[in-house]
Amino acid sequence: MILKRVGLGLFTLLAISLLITVGVEMLSGDVCTAILGQMASEETVAACHKKLDLDRPMFVRYVEWLFNFLQGDMGNSLANERTVLELISARIGNTLYLAALSSLVAIPLGISLGVVAALYRNTGFDRGISVTTLSTISVPDFFVAYILMALFAVKFQIFPAISNVSSGMGFWERFYVSGLPVLTLTLISIAHMMRMTRASIVNLLASPYIEMAKLKGIKPGRIIVKHALPNAWAPIIQVVILNIAFMVVGVVIIEVVFVYPGLGALMVDSVQLRNMPVVQATAMIFAAAYVLLNLLADVLSIIANPRLRHRR
Amino acid sequence: MTESLLEIKDILIEADIEGEWKPIVNSLSMTLKRGEVIGLIGESGAGKSTFGLCALGYTKPGCRIVSGSIKLDGQELVGQPEAELRNIRGNKVAYVAQSAAASFNPAHTLLDQFSEAPIQHGKMVASEASVRGREIFAQLDLPEPDTIGERYPHQVSGGQLQRAMTAMALGSNPDIIIFDEPTTALDVTTQIEVLSAIKEAVKSRNVAAIYITHDLAVVAQMADRIMVLRYGDLVEEGDAREMLANPKQEYTQKLLAVRSLRDNKIIDDAQNTILEIHDVTARYPGTNIDVLSNISIKLEKGKTVAVVGESGSGKSTLARVITGLLPPSKGTVSFRGEVLPASLKEKSRDNLRSIQMIYQMADVAMNPRQRIREIIGRPVEFYLGKTGAENEARVLELMKQIEIPENFIDRFPGQLSGGEKQRICIARALAAEPELIICDEVTSALDQLVAEGILDLLQNLQNELNVSYLFITHDLATVKAIADEIVVMYQGKIVEQGPKAQILEPPYEDYTELLLSSVPEMDPDWLDDLVERRKRGEAPTSETLGQR
Repeated sequence: MILKRVGLGLFTLLAISLLITVGVEMLSGDVCTAILGQMASEETVAACHKKLDLDRPMFVRYVEWLFNFLQGDMGNSLANERTVLELISARIGNTLYLAALSSLVAIPLGISLGVVAALYRNTGFDRGISVTTLSTISVPDFFVAYILMALFAVKFQIFPAISNVSSGMGFWERFYVSGLPVLTLTLISIAHMMRMTRASIVNLLASPYIEMAKLKGIKPGRIIVKHALPNAWAPIIQVVILNIAFMVVGVVIIEVVFVYPGLGALMVDSVQLRNMPVVQATAMIFAAAYVLLNLLADVLSIIANPRLRHRR
Repeated sequence: MTESLLEIKDILIEADIEGEWKPIVNSLSMTLKRGEVIGLIGESGAGKSTFGLCALGYTKPGCRIVSGSIKLDGQELVGQPEAELRNIRGNKVAYVAQSAAASFNPAHTLLDQFSEAPIQHGKMVASEASVRGREIFAQLDLPEPDTIGERYPHQVSGGQLQRAMTAMALGSNPDIIIFDEPTTALDVTTQIEVLSAIKEAVKSRNVAAIYITHDLAVVAQMADRIMVLRYGDLVEEGDAREMLANPKQEYTQKLLAVRSLRDNKIIDDAQNTILEIHDVTARYPGTNIDVLSNISIKLEKGKTVAVVGESGSGKSTLARVITGLLPPSKGTVSFRGEVLPASLKEKSRDNLRSIQMIYQMADVAMNPRQRIREIIGRPVEFYLGKTGAENEARVLELMKQIEIPENFIDRFPGQLSGGEKQRICIARALAAEPELIICDEVTSALDQLVAEGILDLLQNLQNELNVSYLFITHDLATVKAIADEIVVMYQGKIVEQGPKAQILEPPYEDYTELLLSSVPEMDPDWLDDLVERRKRGEAPTSETLGQR
């Protein structure tokens, strides 16, 4: 079962790598025209192609890349002489930091708002939470980012508009500089978790064991937290993990907006330069994160089920 | 002991039925003394649960108490704020629900759930509650009372769970316990154990109880007084023994009437076997336990074979094998002398047509978004190729056969009563003009009088159309009413099979005797006598059977 899922995951990665190759090839121009500019003579471009091994057919280059990649060699960047590994390792920590910090803020907040909304369901408070969180996910990510920037960086000047973290920064400084990206990621993911928590709990409130708890004279708050929530975990976990995956992967745009030196920004830069090895490697990392997190979600859902945890 | 503990006066409860408030409990009154057990009896829709629950100051969502008074130990409950009522629930008045499996929270252990009410009501600390839990588990005859509390609800059997729920109700020493059909979902042999445990627990503590059930024979064992309800009104109230001996109202008499035995048909020698199950063994994919072992059954044209057994006996699996939903691992199923393909996919349309099925839950067996016209008309078109006016004529003919008015043809299932829904399911099966109908617990979800109507209908249809029935049921009264032959199953094996007269007359096979002796009788002393006889070893019990 697990093996089958892992196999499917690997197949997904393979398919994605092929899609990325075809996709980037289909864009106009390549790394040489991007570097040398529109005005470059045909001879210079041809020489550049020769130098970077781009004169061979796409399929041959793909197979070669795949062969090297499977052996752990991600190749060199086409734009400069650095290895892809070097470029990525400088950035991946930043992206994971951003995702982890956003998850730490968004997950507890999303779930507890969901619990409170379920407790005060169909009141003004419940509707207020729903309307607010749904509004923030209904507008595009970059729009939320710019609004927050306009408010907190330009108007009130609480946070810096550019989140240019560097390795020399201390913990608090880094935390402070990442403020706006974290806030943006929280706002665009919290609604899913809040709505799913609320829906799963409300769904369970009609169960006989909830009625039993009421007839035992248990207070409403305790009924929600102690009797409904433990049985609602499976769907909540799915959404939470999907959102973590989103925070790792969906940061692409957010990183660009806030000039945050993460993998997403690297990927966007590399696509602009048609820097295939870097695009391919970052795409593989994002895809692998997605596949692994989804696998984790399924495993956790099984663990959350008391019937499966405590066998007869 | 004449002090009245609970006094309900002229209570009027309404329910929101499709946007309109309609009374479902019509100015009922009740006086419950300390240590007294009152039985509330009636069919579904009688308002007995609603009336019983109001003793907790509780109404189900969508219901409201309009007027009247509920006095518990002198304290008025009607109009009290929720916080005040919470002090009473699970504390002075406790509740035992019908389905323990659904009413225990799957995420917590039995002891945690036992302790919750006493701890939350501030009566005990956790350590006291767990000591008390073990004590009460032991009193209710639960196995390994010291450790059973650490188990989760799905780790104990249905009968044990129901006793654990009674234990939970006793946890905070209530004055009153409300039992809402506590044994209805259990097998007959398990029911006995739970009934005697409840009776013992209630009597020894002198706790008062309201016992809600649809089964008069069960209430006869438990109650000092009986109230018979119908459509939210009181039909009759009185001392239990007196009422059972001498019911005054016609409705009570009807409920009391024992179902008549069907005349034994003479099984003629002319072999006209329609279905032959030969040495079938089956297991579910991915498991290595045989759910059925070496089953052989023969069914004659126009006859009824009843397959009787408790849950887990494999009787429903047998139906799955015959229909092809579960191909057997060994053995064959022949129909009209020809061996049927094992799996559903390989069956011809004629194979499918000639064996139809009727299910227990008519509710979920029909598409709620289809009208009766489509539900019955679809098989008429699929199997017989009739469309248009011809199709409608056939649907109307079928509706006449099942005694449903013609103007129901454009209704949805949701607009029908339980009995009417089951009749539509019968018509859907008949639409294919089958030679065999498999009836899987078709009357189990229905009220007694409605169920009798369905059995009558099936009988008339058999006389008229000469169709054969394979009747799967756990209910021996149904078996007595409809069967020509009986097959008794236990743990996937056939214990005994033969003509009805032979099975139901002494000498009995041990398991058959256990089943037969476990069916509650109207005699109020029946339970006590039976428990006595079993203690003395004069009647078989599940334990002696297990030792075979």
